[in-house]
Amino acid sequence: MYLLKLIARNALRHKLRTILTVVGLTIAVLAYGLLNTVVDAWYAGAAAASNARLVTRNAISLVFPLPLSYESRIRGVDGVTLVARSNWFGGIYREPKNFFAQFAVSDNYLDLYPELVLPAQQRSDYLRDRKGCLVGRQLANQFGFKVGDVIPIKGTIYPGTWEFVVRGILDGRDETTITRQLLFHWEFLNETVRKKTPRQADQVGVYVFGVSNPDDAAAISRSVDSVFKNSLAETLTETEQAFQLGFVAMSNQIIAAIRVVSYVVIVIIMAVMANAMAMSARERTVEYATLKALGFGPAFLALLVFGESIAICAIGGSLGILATPPAASLFKQATGGVFPIFNVSVETIELQAACTLAIGLAAAIVPALHAARVRIVEGLRAIG
Amino acid sequence: MSAAPLVEISHVAKSYRRGVQIVPVLTDITLEIGEGDFIALMGPSGSGKSTLLNLIAGIDRPDSGELRVDGLDITRLPEAALAEWRAANVGFIFQFYNLMPVLTAFENIELPLVLTHLTRRERRERVGLALEMVSLADRMHHYPSELSGGQQQRVAIARALITDPTLIVADEPTGDLDRASAEEVLSMMQRLNMELGKTIIMVTHDAHAAGAAKAIVHLEKGELIDGKFR
Repeated sequence: MYLLKLIARNALRHKLRTILTVVGLTIAVLAYGLLNTVVDAWYAGAAAASNARLVTRNAISLVFPLPLSYESRIRGVDGVTLVARSNWFGGIYREPKNFFAQFAVSDNYLDLYPELVLPAQQRSDYLRDRKGCLVGRQLANQFGFKVGDVIPIKGTIYPGTWEFVVRGILDGRDETTITRQLLFHWEFLNETVRKKTPRQADQVGVYVFGVSNPDDAAAISRSVDSVFKNSLAETLTETEQAFQLGFVAMSNQIIAAIRVVSYVVIVIIMAVMANAMAMSARERTVEYATLKALGFGPAFLALLVFGESIAICAIGGSLGILATPPAASLFKQATGGVFPIFNVSVETIELQAACTLAIGLAAAIVPALHAARVRIVEGLRAIG
Repeated sequence: MSAAPLVEISHVAKSYRRGVQIVPVLTDITLEIGEGDFIALMGPSGSGKSTLLNLIAGIDRPDSGELRVDGLDITRLPEAALAEWRAANVGFIFQFYNLMPVLTAFENIELPLVLTHLTRRERRERVGLALEMVSLADRMHHYPSELSGGQQQRVAIARALITDPTLIVADEPTGDLDRASAEEVLSMMQRLNMELGKTIIMVTHDAHAAGAAKAIVHLEKGELIDGKFR
């Protein structure tokens, strides 16, 4: 009890120093949490991807398409249940900064994605309209799209301005589902391309297909690729998750840099905290010597220092942790939907708490040793 | 010496290392201090009086010789046992009071009792009595920064006697006080000695303060010059 009283009063002894240290800790823990959430958001697409869906692309590069004729041959492989087509459209809505994904997909595409929920009426409206499109809820919210709106998209791969009529809004089955995409009819794309640039017709970006048993995914992937071995367009088949991780891997260095920065933030605040604690311990040398003279042992003095350090860190860390979800929400809004899923995970909060504790402990080691080892006679002569 | 020896110092020597140089501070000191004595250690700066006080109080160790307090050779005690011995047997009064600035007068006096097995209620009762004794009951909730030098030293005196120690050591207890406060503190120490029978060893430069003691021991260049006992 007495120890706690001393810890609490010592922590509040230099109010300005303690407040500044707490503010620094709050910002550092908040920054760490946000950076960690950015990394999580980067992987969110891959995390949401399924292992029960396989993606077949051109083995040379994703840039090169596959012939339409491959569809029936993939369907013929044992274990394949449903094959859908998907082409990356890569258009611009008004300005390049309004980036979002647009895919031309076959009409059975949604059957492979039960996590994308669409009312039956909207689905039937979409299937009836050649120029119809579906937009995800997050995208609709961001740009205010609603059913019946016409969305003009300027093609970059497929020239011209394309106009799509919103026929349905895709909702996510849960909050981990990304609904920030626009889907339209692959047949519409193919027909238009056939008219304008016939050589680009009947080409598929990737085939997405379901398998009867996800445990057989590796074997089925090999079977599909073996079908097209030594053909003009050899294939590479992998799970959707591996396919998504391939995109994430392209930005590995950015992710690594973000991770490094998040650790640097923690190391810097650790140094600041250690300095604050060292200053306090130096100033209190006479008090430590007095306490020792009165019979208090080195362990009591070390506990005083560790207790104070952990108490200050607990306040700063808690404020940082509490501030992270609202800050993440503001960050998500400010980045204009670049990160469709930007949720602070439990793991991030646990890491923030662990960092807070680590800062508190690490910052107190040297000052605690100083307090515990202070020689009474020398300490009593010290000037505070 | 007025009574059976409480402190027995036999051929004690102490030196300090200053760089490569070894500086002798005390040389072959032999002295006995009886129970109930009030001794003033006097001498010029660097004569070794504070070092001798530190050795008696068990906050420093001699290089050689024996130092017994109440029959116990404290030079042979390991660090933890010495700390326990100090807590139970020695009350400290420092020149600059050395109170904990974050604790009130009451809490400062209570501090040594934290190391005892007394209940909170017993501690409060004892602190109440000590506060009465130093006439500071009305200032019990004041922090050291809210008290005058004399009042702070009275709090330190109360802290020194709260565990009912065998020995009270005081290093220049009036060195930082004005004359009136110094008189107050000295008369309080005399009361502790006369009325409670506490053995007090006080280091002082001030001949007037030394006059409050029953005996004066002079040190010079680390040697005992003479002892004047009353």
